[in-house]
Amino acid sequence: MTEELASISCQEFQDQLPELIGSGLNLADHPHYRNCERCRALLADLESIAQAARQLLPIAEPPDKLWDQIEMAIKAETESPNRG
Amino acid sequence: MEDSTDEAVILGRARDGDHRAFAQLYSLHKRRIYSLCLRMVGNVAEAEDLTQEAFLQLHRKLATFRGDSAFSTWLHRMVINVVLMRLRKKGLSLVSLDEAMEPIAEERPGRTLGGPDLNLTGSIDRLALERAIANLPAGYRLIFVLHDIEGYEHNEIASMLECSIGNSKSQLHKARLKLRDSLRIHSRQETRR
Repeated sequence: MTEELASISCQEFQDQLPELIGSGLNLADHPHYRNCERCRALLADLESIAQAARQLLPIAEPPDKLWDQIEMAIKAETESPNRG
Repeated sequence: MEDSTDEAVILGRARDGDHRAFAQLYSLHKRRIYSLCLRMVGNVAEAEDLTQEAFLQLHRKLATFRGDSAFSTWLHRMVINVVLMRLRKKGLSLVSLDEAMEPIAEERPGRTLGGPDLNLTGSIDRLALERAIANLPAGYRLIFVLHDIEGYEHNEIASMLECSIGNSKSQLHKARLKLRDSLRIHSRQETRR
């Protein structure tokens, strides 16, 4: 089994990645991963991207006018509840 | 506006119909909610519209919040539903993600099978990542935002988008590959400068 896994191509390994990543399996134990620098680099990059995404903060502030619009819409709904 | 940091108190007041308390809730959450909408749809005008719709929904539904989960968790889930409902109304079939959201061939993320490689080194430039996310095809972006930024699990995303868990995993993987492509291009351009 291990020999079989070691002999798979990069394409085959990468095809399995959507299922392998986050499966709980330690990919560092995968024979192809151990033998293939390119796939190791790919996985390191994907992990870096996921990690950077987790640290992203809110990007933007809504314009001030938005609250005025929300207030007006709430007022309209409250005064005429069947309209919304 | 009152300067209170106790969200539970503000929530209680807003639930009782205190308009100033609702305004405080808006102030506390507007940035995160607007950013969530913007990241999900990638369009400023639409994000504003969705933020407005989300806070209107919040105003209607606040009384149903029982505190079983954190308020921000509950609110984010509600906002995501508002966005998804809008996307469905616009005719984006979230059921058939495979077909509807699969980018055209030339947009597919590159594999790493041959040729010289350039790895992302060091920390990823936050602005470059934001730009790359905004440029993702809609389906990829949606799943990437929900999973990698908002922290939802694949089973939750599959349920929200009415797709299979495998589909969610596959779209996320393709999104990350596409982001990697974009970031590598950015990195090359920076190196040349």
